[in-house]
Amino acid sequence: MTSKKTGMDTDAARRRFLGGAAALTTLSLAPGVTLIASAEAKEAHDATSTKMRWGMLIDARKCDSECTLCVDACRDEMGWGTPADRKPRPKTDAQWIRKVHVTDPKTTHTFSLPVMCQHCESPTCVDVCPTGASFKRVDGVVLVDKHICIGCRYCMMACPYKARSFVHEDISNQKPHAPRGKGTVEACTLCVHRVDRGGIPACVERCATAGRKAMLFGDLNDPESEIAKAVAEFATKQIRADLGLNPGIRYQGI
Amino acid sequence: MKKQIAFSEIAGNSNGYWALLLFFGALIGAALGATWHMEHEGHWVTGMSNQIVWGVPHVFAVFLIVAASGALNVASISSVFEVQDYKALAPLSALLSLALLTGGLAVLVLDLGRPDRLIVAMTSYNFKSIFAWNIYLYTGFFGVVGIYTWVMMDPRFVHFKKVAGSFAMMWRLLLTTGTGSIFGFLVARQAYDAAIMAPMFIIMSFAYGLAIYLLVIMAVYNGANRPLGDYVVCRMRNLLKVFVGAVLYFTLVQHLTNLYATEHHGVELFILLEGGPYTVLFWVGHIFLGGLLPLAILFHPMARTRAWTAIAASLIVLGGLCQVYVIIIGGQAYPLVLFPGMEVQSSFYDGEIYRYLNSLPELVLGIGGFALVAAIIMVAIKVLPFLPESLEDRHVDPEHSAKKEAREAGEKAGASA
Amino acid sequence: MRRSFGFFAILAVLATVVLGTPSTAADAEGRVPMPDLWRGKGEKCLEPATDMRRYHMNYLKHQRNDTLYKGIRGTKYSLKECIECHAVPVPGKKGERSVEHFCDQCHTYAAVWIDCFQCHASKLHEEGGASK
Repeated sequence: MTSKKTGMDTDAARRRFLGGAAALTTLSLAPGVTLIASAEAKEAHDATSTKMRWGMLIDARKCDSECTLCVDACRDEMGWGTPADRKPRPKTDAQWIRKVHVTDPKTTHTFSLPVMCQHCESPTCVDVCPTGASFKRVDGVVLVDKHICIGCRYCMMACPYKARSFVHEDISNQKPHAPRGKGTVEACTLCVHRVDRGGIPACVERCATAGRKAMLFGDLNDPESEIAKAVAEFATKQIRADLGLNPGIRYQGI
Repeated sequence: MKKQIAFSEIAGNSNGYWALLLFFGALIGAALGATWHMEHEGHWVTGMSNQIVWGVPHVFAVFLIVAASGALNVASISSVFEVQDYKALAPLSALLSLALLTGGLAVLVLDLGRPDRLIVAMTSYNFKSIFAWNIYLYTGFFGVVGIYTWVMMDPRFVHFKKVAGSFAMMWRLLLTTGTGSIFGFLVARQAYDAAIMAPMFIIMSFAYGLAIYLLVIMAVYNGANRPLGDYVVCRMRNLLKVFVGAVLYFTLVQHLTNLYATEHHGVELFILLEGGPYTVLFWVGHIFLGGLLPLAILFHPMARTRAWTAIAASLIVLGGLCQVYVIIIGGQAYPLVLFPGMEVQSSFYDGEIYRYLNSLPELVLGIGGFALVAAIIMVAIKVLPFLPESLEDRHVDPEHSAKKEAREAGEKAGASA
Repeated sequence: MRRSFGFFAILAVLATVVLGTPSTAADAEGRVPMPDLWRGKGEKCLEPATDMRRYHMNYLKHQRNDTLYKGIRGTKYSLKECIECHAVPVPGKKGERSVEHFCDQCHTYAAVWIDCFQCHASKLHEEGGASK
């Protein structure tokens, strides 16, 4: 236990040092570049870049336990729900995002929050994937390359968040931007098909349109972004932060 | 004076031989049919789900792969530690380990979501994954043990036997380390994430592999009508006692370590007391039937017969399957801890004990793995001289049998006096 | 040795001629029956037909990796655009248009199995525009 902790501290210290060094270099060599490059400026044709770290801040205090707008939005956008022509099979039907209700048995305090792929900086699913089908884009989005996924499900064993689903049957009528197929593993894509064109994820959009505004999406690396300012100002938490994976999804009020 | 052991192929033309081969062939056919069904419909027709992602096929596959490594024990003892008595038993040991690995891998691969993309697993690698390493360890095992078998059976290469045997032994230790690490490296799950998994899998492999070896050699010599002496069987009994005891010891340490940390009390309570089928499988299947009972049989002076040894070995195999079942499926059935100390609930079964009931196709696929092992051995001993013509005591260890004869003669003399 | 070399040389030349010949419907009168292809919408494809026939998989694969790994969207060789032009009426299913049938015409003929449409949508989507 102690050795684990020390390891993490050393690692964090090393990262801080390297980060500081990188920042100094950037500051001294190209002061203009970082100011000009705004993360939101990615055009559809541009390649994504390491400058960005896409993330989300979810305020559980604004998240109603009855509300499933984000889940519905994701299902509509990506098409993962139970098909209309058959009964639900809850054990094997995919769930890219779900509402989790938490109760503290000692105090009876409760809260509710959406949980999906947490887009970790050090994703365990990417570590264990034998073929490299699980991968992390340079901007921090964790995806599955279904062209080389062999369906071994080791990533599902490794994910601490139960964020991934295995496609247990033939799929038809997929959305053009969300290919899904039997025998491969899938999860939240952080709506990269929208984000790459300068948009925001469907769940965040639906939550905001309904006036709840519990979800905030943006570039954690851009100090000018709303999300970066928010996480700097308020206390936020990551789920299972003890694992040291540094998820890109942060929560308030949990 | 050293006597040359005579190896030869079995005749393999009796009706019984063909009937048995046909039987195993039918089981393999059924397993392929089950695979086709599962792959065609998708995995929803199995008991596996988004909660229990690895099921009965993985139990069989991991058991067979682990046993494959252990089946090489006998050959290692012969070639590496140069124990003469085991020399005659070595080629079958190598053959059995190759067959077991083939059976295990076949089951594993046929359960993939996309078995048609197996080639991808050979061309696209992520070297941070222990799975990717295992692909090399498994395929390498075929090469290494294949060469070792050749060296053992071809008198021209007799000088390389020790080198090849040592290399094969190191390789199979690595292989089982890799297999154990599949679970040992899973930081997210309460039941895994323990360094002890790798050495525990090694000792499990010793016990399962030797038990299967004993069963196979008895079955084969019985079937081929070749003499098999008690001495051979009993020597391996002693080794088996040590291995079964060690498995129990490692299991004890694994659970004691977990019990010390409060954060693991939940999962330990689940496996050891409240887990329903998993608790039963752990205590009755693994600890009693697979551990204490065979130990009692192996130690009991009245049970020093071949029949009792076969019963003990069968129990160890059964207990081993239970143990792997509890590790793989019991380990997954306990929910992931998203919020330590909190109660959670969701539409995706968060915070609930996951239920798993295997479907028939899964079971048929797993049994097909065993059938494939049997079929490979049956064919191999027919086409290549893996088996000594006689394993009578006087052929294996003339010195021992001479002593035994003298003793028996003495007893007879005493009785008649 | 020499003779076999000559044989292979002739075989290679033949193969080049046969494989290099554009296999349009016009060739159907030749000795080997050729698939009768549906034409896509518009004047011409992104590249000359011979190039498309031979290299379409490379274009698609390159594009797919760019999109998946680098997030580059809306470029020339996108599968969505292929579907846009090449979704053709499916025989026996009235009103349904699918690119899968278009691909199958050649792929069945050449016995090349593809699994693109196990995951990717092959039909025109309402939002995707003109579905007849």
